[in-house]
Amino acid sequence: MTEPLRIADRELHSRLILGTGGFDNHEVLGAALLASGTELCTVALRRLDPAARGSILDVLTDAGVAVLPNTAGCFTARDAVITAQLAREAFETDWIKLEVIGDDRTLLPDAVELVAAAEELVADGFVVLPYTTDDPILARRLEDVGCAAVMPLGSPIGSGMGIRNPYNISIMIERAGVPVILDAGVGTASDAAIALELGCDAVLCASAISRAHDPVAMAHAIRLGVEAGLHARGAGRIPRRRYAEASTPEEGMPVFDAPGPRP
Amino acid sequence: MIVTVNGEQRQLAAGATVATLVASLDVAPEARGIAIALNGEVVRRGSWQHTELLDGARVEVVSAVQGG
Repeated sequence: MTEPLRIADRELHSRLILGTGGFDNHEVLGAALLASGTELCTVALRRLDPAARGSILDVLTDAGVAVLPNTAGCFTARDAVITAQLAREAFETDWIKLEVIGDDRTLLPDAVELVAAAEELVADGFVVLPYTTDDPILARRLEDVGCAAVMPLGSPIGSGMGIRNPYNISIMIERAGVPVILDAGVGTASDAAIALELGCDAVLCASAISRAHDPVAMAHAIRLGVEAGLHARGAGRIPRRRYAEASTPEEGMPVFDAPGPRP
Repeated sequence: MIVTVNGEQRQLAAGATVATLVASLDVAPEARGIAIALNGEVVRRGSWQHTELLDGARVEVVSAVQGG
């Protein structure tokens, strides 16, 4: 058994947080939730669509998964703050995954707006989990304003490029006083394993699962990747070295090179 | 009076409140997972009943979708 992850007042036994974006329908999403073993899932807010059938909230409730609302699509601190406040009303939770993006091609966070929004939301009583770049200094600023965790990207949202700067993520982990959750960039199970091996406390994963050929199978695979990475981290890996180090002892090696008398 | 709801104009009777508007939408009565912003400010659920809409008001009605 591994220790549960504690974020603010909540304990999570699964280190995999799921994004619900991109699933073809609620049935596949529901099956992927179960296969992933997740306890926490992001949802977004958009204008009410009277034609929509069935609420995603029912899918999450049926799966016993808690809701983590996000502010996806917000470009300014003001929009993100209002969206978070709407989410608090809609979902009756003060947890918010804060996203303030700077550009819709890269979907990279806008650091200045992000810190401003985080500060305002913390003051308003929110438990803020900001989606951030892999910059350890920005992570420190977010922690300083009271964020409950930091969520650095491994690579751009939906890119499936894995962790492009593991050294920065490592530095962030070494220096962070709050949980570090890798958000964005995971493409497959090995990426999730690497995140946990580096020391990330959890992984948030959406597209890698929802857009996989078989989302339910990938949800299971990434769950195993997360678990493998967490266990490997705990087990302590060997150091990397450039030359071989024999695992079989040299001592006691028989000698065959001395020619002896033959009958 | 005319009120803009999610970008579309709607005719509402004078004295209509946020609660009146929500009741006129095709949503379940408990309106689970729905939130309202009026002129860029969130209207808390407990205030829907007594928050009057004025002519020209801009209302955003949002609900949960898959995302993130």
